[in-house]
Amino acid sequence: MGFGNKKIYGHGIMNPRKYLRVYTKFLHTSLASELEYKTNILIDLITSILSLIGSIFLLSIFFQNNKSIGGWEFEQALIIQGIYTILNGITNTWFNPNLTEIVKHIREGTLDFVLLKPIDSQFYISLKKITPSGFLEILLGFCLLLYCIKINQITINFSFLTLFLITIICSICILYSLWFFISTTTIWFVKTWNATEVLRSFLYIGRFPLNSFTFSLQIFFSVFIPIAFITTIPSEVFLGLSQFWKIMLEVFVTIVFLFSSRKFWLFALKFYSSASS
Amino acid sequence: MSKNIIDVKNLSKSFYISSKEPGLKGTIKHFFRRKSTSLKVIKNVSFEIKEGEIVGFLGANGAGKTTILKMLCGLIYPSEGSILVSGYLPFKRKENFLKKITLIMGQKQQLIWDLPPIESLYLNASIYDIDKFEAKRRIKKLSEMLEISDELFIPVRKLSLGQRMKSELMAALIHEPNILFLDEPTLGLDINAQRNLRKFLEKYNKETNATICLTSHYMKDITSLCKRVICVQNGSISYDGKLDQLLKKLSPVKEILVVCRSEEDAKRLETSGFSIKNKAKNEITIQIKNDSITSSLRTIINNFDIEDLYVNEPPIDEIIGKVLIKNDYDF
Repeated sequence: MGFGNKKIYGHGIMNPRKYLRVYTKFLHTSLASELEYKTNILIDLITSILSLIGSIFLLSIFFQNNKSIGGWEFEQALIIQGIYTILNGITNTWFNPNLTEIVKHIREGTLDFVLLKPIDSQFYISLKKITPSGFLEILLGFCLLLYCIKINQITINFSFLTLFLITIICSICILYSLWFFISTTTIWFVKTWNATEVLRSFLYIGRFPLNSFTFSLQIFFSVFIPIAFITTIPSEVFLGLSQFWKIMLEVFVTIVFLFSSRKFWLFALKFYSSASS
Repeated sequence: MSKNIIDVKNLSKSFYISSKEPGLKGTIKHFFRRKSTSLKVIKNVSFEIKEGEIVGFLGANGAGKTTILKMLCGLIYPSEGSILVSGYLPFKRKENFLKKITLIMGQKQQLIWDLPPIESLYLNASIYDIDKFEAKRRIKKLSEMLEISDELFIPVRKLSLGQRMKSELMAALIHEPNILFLDEPTLGLDINAQRNLRKFLEKYNKETNATICLTSHYMKDITSLCKRVICVQNGSISYDGKLDQLLKKLSPVKEILVVCRSEEDAKRLETSGFSIKNKAKNEITIQIKNDSITSSLRTIINNFDIEDLYVNEPPIDEIIGKVLIKNDYDF
């Protein structure tokens, strides 16, 4: 997620082995923390399954009287649902527990501890926690995609897998950057919970094909909040419908988003004044 | 002669602070048009701290102590002036600089709430590039110094405040920093826990020659740990020097309770030229200047029939406390 082997502000050259070691510790401690509350994990798992069933049911209602929406048939739209489920799983596993914590760190002044550690602060606050119940959603998403491969009679080959992997990674990075960007604004505005909630609501839109919206909305969801890139392009790749330029555009948008969210974080830190004691 | 480890010159810091009028009208006005004013919270501050020194920062709430501390460890960018800590510009937060310092805040915690402290300690060890065996050795050493062992394996949320503070200290010291910034470390602790913490800091300073900068509202922390104090008033330094000299300045007199054997002696003492504070039968409280204590006591013992005599140290908490609250005090 943009933590390449490059010089970054304050910490010189990153040592990948150290970061891997620290990340292993993050995984260990956050799993151990979550396992302290068994019932909570069980509830989360049930919620994930029910949420997927609900979404598919909703989708099937849309398609009850229409054979296709925006040129997408039900079997094809299920792919978007599968990708959305994977992304939602990733959001619940990593983004939600970590990026909502930024607001808490800033409000309560505990960001001080993060900034005084000899480790990249963006790495620390983006990856410290995980919510393991999100893994089930990721798994369910992949299962749904496997089912879609079967019903849409898609042939799997190397280029299909590579392109799909590239687009899905790009989607994850765009979503992360957007969320991180909004969370960073907390440094000035202190409370931005609502903004991240709005982002999540926009993500729900990603469950439907971009073509099913009006032209102006398509532009809005491609340019201002690139939800279109997040689910539609990987789905098109999945169906072998995507043009090469669209994939390249997604890669370009990803780089721009990652780079600007990183710069924005470093810029914002200069304004961080730490909560008063 | 030890070298300077902290060098601060003409340091100033301004913050933009918005103010709000009371009531609904004020709230609406505040929502649409926020009035912000630039407030200079630190004004042209300069000081130096030598390696191994323990320096106490004294000041009323909002005087600027914590802001100075946070600028020293690189959390807040200074508006003007220069800071050099161990040869580094703190606000650049270079990795080697961060490995040398630590910040301990009495009211904030870094330990993972749902897990035993030992997990946070090993996590911090990996962040500071300390291998498992070395981490184990340091944890053992620190736990012995802090007299904590089984508690390291109990979830933080189930520990008492004192035990939690000890664990916080271990988490903050696992990388063996040589500059410690402590912001009210004894806040909320009971008397025993406060004393243990002070004992530990004293020992740590002696064993490692670490420099300690401390802010506290508990005067006992300052008086038992710091030989030197820096008083901060309205963002400026009003006193920088030895604590005992400050106390002499603030309280130039001592109170002596003299219990005479007879009322006659008491009457004689009353009229012998001493400054009398209280008199009850044959017990007289007199005030004597610090520089004439010995000679005055000699006079009293030689010339009067004394049953008992008490020299009362001035109540430091009260003296310093009053001075810090009264911003107009002239040092």
